[in-house]
Amino acid sequence: MIEFFLNGQRQRVAAEANMSVLELLRGPLAKCGTKEGCASGDCGACTVAIADPKDDAETGQPLTYRTANACITPAHQLQGTHLVTIEGIARGHALHPSQASMVACHGSQCGFCTPGIVMSLFALHERQRRTPDAPLDAHGLELTLSGNLCRCTGYRPIRDAALSMGEHADTRPPWADDPALEDEVRRVGSTSFCKAEDQAQRPDQHHYQTPTTLAELIAAMHRHPDAPLVAGATDLWLDVTQQLEPFEMLIDLRQVRELRQIEEDAEGWWIGAALTYREWEPLLAEHYPAFAHLLTRLGSAQIRNRATVGGNIANASPIGDTPPVLLTLDAKLRLAGPDGVRTLPLESFFLDYKQTALAPGECISAIYLPKPEADFQQRVWKLSKRREDDISTLLAAFRWQLKNGVLSDVRVAYGGMAAIPRRVKTVEAALEGRAPNTAAFEAAKQALRDSVTPMSDTRGSSDYRLAAAVNLLERWHLTLDHTGSNSPTQEVALDAYAH
Amino acid sequence: MEARIESESPDTGQEIGRLEGDEPVARDTVTPRPVSNTPRHAQGHESGIKHVTGRARYIDDLPAPHGTLHAMVGLSQIAHGRVTRLDLDAVRAMPGVVDVIAAQHIPGHRDIGPVFPGDPLFADEEVSYVGQPLFAVAATSYAEARRAVKAAVVEIEPLPPRFDPVAAAEAGEFVRPTHVQVSGDWQQALEGTPHVLEAAQFVGGQEHFYLEGQACLVVPSEDEGVIVYTSNQHPSETQKLVAEVLDIPFHAVTVENRRMGGGFGGKETQAAPWACMAALLARRTGRAIRLRLPRADDTRATGKRHPFHSHYRLGFDDDGVILGGDITLIGDCGHSPDLSEAVVDRAMFHADNAYSLGAARVTGHRARTHTASNTAFRGFGGPQGMMIVERAMDDIARHIGEDPLTVRKRNLYRAGRDTTHYGQHVDQHPLMVEIIERLERSSDYWQRRDAIREFNHRSPIIKRGLALTPVKFGISFTAKHLNQAGALLHVYTDGSVMINHGGTEMGQGLHTKVCQVVARELGIDLASVRISATRTDKVPNTSPTAASSGADLNGMAARDAASQIRQRLLDFAAEHYQFDREGLGLENGKLITDNGASMPAVSWGELIQAAYLGRVSLSATGFYSTPLIHYDRDSGQGRPFYYFAYGASVSEVRLDTLSGEYRVERVDILHDVGDSLNPAIDLGQVEGGFIQGMGWLTSEELKWNDDGRLITDGPATYKIPTFGDLPPIFNVELLEGHPNSQASIYRSKAVGEPPFMLGISVWSALRDALASLAAYRISPALDTPATPERMLMAAEALRAASRDLQETT
Repeated sequence: MIEFFLNGQRQRVAAEANMSVLELLRGPLAKCGTKEGCASGDCGACTVAIADPKDDAETGQPLTYRTANACITPAHQLQGTHLVTIEGIARGHALHPSQASMVACHGSQCGFCTPGIVMSLFALHERQRRTPDAPLDAHGLELTLSGNLCRCTGYRPIRDAALSMGEHADTRPPWADDPALEDEVRRVGSTSFCKAEDQAQRPDQHHYQTPTTLAELIAAMHRHPDAPLVAGATDLWLDVTQQLEPFEMLIDLRQVRELRQIEEDAEGWWIGAALTYREWEPLLAEHYPAFAHLLTRLGSAQIRNRATVGGNIANASPIGDTPPVLLTLDAKLRLAGPDGVRTLPLESFFLDYKQTALAPGECISAIYLPKPEADFQQRVWKLSKRREDDISTLLAAFRWQLKNGVLSDVRVAYGGMAAIPRRVKTVEAALEGRAPNTAAFEAAKQALRDSVTPMSDTRGSSDYRLAAAVNLLERWHLTLDHTGSNSPTQEVALDAYAH
Repeated sequence: MEARIESESPDTGQEIGRLEGDEPVARDTVTPRPVSNTPRHAQGHESGIKHVTGRARYIDDLPAPHGTLHAMVGLSQIAHGRVTRLDLDAVRAMPGVVDVIAAQHIPGHRDIGPVFPGDPLFADEEVSYVGQPLFAVAATSYAEARRAVKAAVVEIEPLPPRFDPVAAAEAGEFVRPTHVQVSGDWQQALEGTPHVLEAAQFVGGQEHFYLEGQACLVVPSEDEGVIVYTSNQHPSETQKLVAEVLDIPFHAVTVENRRMGGGFGGKETQAAPWACMAALLARRTGRAIRLRLPRADDTRATGKRHPFHSHYRLGFDDDGVILGGDITLIGDCGHSPDLSEAVVDRAMFHADNAYSLGAARVTGHRARTHTASNTAFRGFGGPQGMMIVERAMDDIARHIGEDPLTVRKRNLYRAGRDTTHYGQHVDQHPLMVEIIERLERSSDYWQRRDAIREFNHRSPIIKRGLALTPVKFGISFTAKHLNQAGALLHVYTDGSVMINHGGTEMGQGLHTKVCQVVARELGIDLASVRISATRTDKVPNTSPTAASSGADLNGMAARDAASQIRQRLLDFAAEHYQFDREGLGLENGKLITDNGASMPAVSWGELIQAAYLGRVSLSATGFYSTPLIHYDRDSGQGRPFYYFAYGASVSEVRLDTLSGEYRVERVDILHDVGDSLNPAIDLGQVEGGFIQGMGWLTSEELKWNDDGRLITDGPATYKIPTFGDLPPIFNVELLEGHPNSQASIYRSKAVGEPPFMLGISVWSALRDALASLAAYRISPALDTPATPERMLMAAEALRAASRDLQETT
């Protein structure tokens, strides 16, 4: 039995094993307004908004409604949250501004993607209510809506709708009138169904463990050595929806305190492995803008609200976006297991295709990100078939310092070029200690050609990957003349060295 | 453009309730309000409020009867082979399974090919593509049905598959015979010209990616038949096929569709198999059956837009004006004919686009390959046909050193060169000239051309490109008999009106337009007119909603029905109220005279009640068939199209020649819809069509592995445009003041497909950006989709060729 709020109404429902929020809505709860487009988190038709007090525990602010793809969100993760769906935002016949604006701008044609788009606009509207002075520029809108595919409209009327929500009456959903609702949500959210010791008494939760401390987590992993760990579930849940491989047992990381905090020391930060991309974003924006910009091209808002960097690393995909960047930053991992905690350089973590250095019973608990040195410079370039909401064909991460006219501390890493994300030390060696001139970069390019044989797959051919990887070294070289403009926008590439 | 719902009623709640129908219709008569019902009114989509509140129902949202089972389909994993074993015992034994069917369980027709045979409902002895249905299972839940399918034991002895349509054409492996159109002495034209160019062009296919996948719900009826709720562009054909598969009369099958979550051609023929399978299971089990394909199954099992391998050899004069030549189009049809005969025909009909080909031969091959059977997709071969001549335009321009726009303009149909290679006179061809000239000015084409050349000269890595491409698209089904439509109109005694017609709503706003037609004919407001689901027991023997013809055909049929009612009402009123019949009319919800004065306050509602009491029939059927069209396949000559729709677009791109990444920075469009029935909806079709066409040519890449398995089988790997692909500057206008020269519905023009081909300007602009790498002296090869990979490889090739060129000169 899970307890949560749906459009302001308390729900206590039995959530079957491996059930998604979408299946719960369209099945037992008979709320069919939320649509299934792909069941893989790629189209956004099933977008819902979830306010989770566990995400906002520290802020003391009103609950924040964040979008998620209901198709790949496990229903159990609704425990103690407020779920808002397309059925819950109008006030009787009076439409919410996100809805009224879509109607007025002719933003729907076939209407199937529309509930998801409206929910993304709803979350945007909530954010704008909270911070009315924050400007909404084209890029901000892209970040909000690029996870919602529409096959009919071509998006122009949806853009107009997003920009004109303020012209409509600020109709609030009926549940917004209830001053006790947020407290109730917080109260239910804190009364965990989830204590490991409770679970023996709750047979319907026998397949779902929700430890709250690292010690409980390690114990749960010991009891259930084959149980996958789940946080955002944005990749794992594809096993259920696409591979039809149900899980007997899952261990949820989202309430493990140690995995959800950031510890700062003199040299850097230990960042909890179960923090989402969204939660990393402020720190990266301040210290590593190029890395922060990469996050905006990783998945969609719905994904970034839920997916974690720990998951991106543990997944050990050759095309994961963050590992190449973290490799160039000399990131370390804190691995927790039955025998305690150890620290491992990220570089030693990836062994072979989908093989990692994790020992049985061990998990990633935190990622260490060193603070940038004074002369630190970085470039991160992602190439993909579509700019937004796409997986890398190729990802290049470069980091260096320019001291006394020569390159030092050069790190070069690529994703999508080999079975694992990896540094290319021959390229680093070709540049280290050299002046950043044509000869040095030509040597680096030759070193790259000699060192890698990229794969061919649906995202790109080996020839393209190699040619582009070499060319990105050339781009790096060209942009070195413009080091003054170390702005994240240059990561979009096109304007960086146009003149 | 105003939105009526917003502006009209401050209490939107009232308005919503009215439209939604969740309140009973009042016992008082409907009182139409005086609102603008002109055909140009930008009325919102009839389901707009239902869309945004989640109350619009799609197939899988329909409440199902108690005991409904879920069906799933077992698909071939082999592209070509003989089935040696299909053991379904293990499937039957899986939890929740109630029934399992394969080919031998079909009582009636086993082949459901829509026009020609070749599409077995279930593959029996031979499989022809990865994803071909082999069997279907019904189980008590969706998850159980999906798992049960995996338990099948299937053994297939592989046969050599064929995936290359060019090789298939060379070997004479066709799904239909080759067709040729010839005008004039094309060989003489090639021999006598100062310049001859030739090139081959590959144009990739396209997945429909309708957001609502293939889905149906079939309920067995108390007779021998079924009621089929299906996401489907062609209810009548599905009715026919279900009846034939079940071996029952057509009247035992009713097919219903209220709306689709997108169709785009993908539900014209390819929605039928699932309905047939579900109907079989429903009759066998006596229980209702839901069948909804998971996205990956949907993508593998159903056909796509045809990929084309095309070739041109054209002769032209020193000004770049085409004198004649030879164009060959090879459509990759997949394993069966499906609609490929007509698709390749339409490609041939559009190999000229807006240009006179002079003395030309156009040949269309229908190659058979071992993939899903390629099918209708917005434009229906037209876009693929246009691509070859648009490629030629750019190539000719580079060859003679002129701007591509100059060469395009010189080749447009004009007086003296106004007959197509298939013998149709091009009506309204001056419109094309006007559209281009207006767009040249409004987009500052020539100033931007100069600025871009100057920019490219200075910028070694980033290159900008610009192109203007026209569209001339023929409107009518090329299968003549499909150019007919029916409608059924009822007026109830409270004055409310129900209209039903043969067209289906897939988001294109057809139902909205038809309601507007009825409201206009009867002089009442739109809220008084409601449209119901398309049903084969209301309007029979209908054509698919396709070929952009939905409003042209069904709007006319609805108008016919409404005007019959109007005539009856006016005849009755003249007699009943003793008015002069001459000059009586219906307007603003009232009976009026010809001077516009309303007669002594006879409202619509009173008139209807009086007519009912006067025993006037308040129900009518309407019918329409398109006049004038004909085509003779033997001679390859005729007038296949009632009229042409025109448009043009200008696209500017910015390319990073180191990575192949690019952005479409600005697009200007001017498009002809005649006198628009609804500018808001037409604008939506133009914009949406453009972006879909751009996606086809840029990011939407279909890839198969060596075994013929589609590996881009979902949105993770198949990339349709998303929000950020919307050009930052996107100026789209409808051409005003040019009604259709033909007597179409209120002189409007069809708008569903033509704007799709406006996307070609993006591809041409990308070629323009590439061409700058060789000082515009080489016309680059660029197959589609022009992914960043293709762009980078083309850029590298251009740079190398440019170096060679410099060395040799």
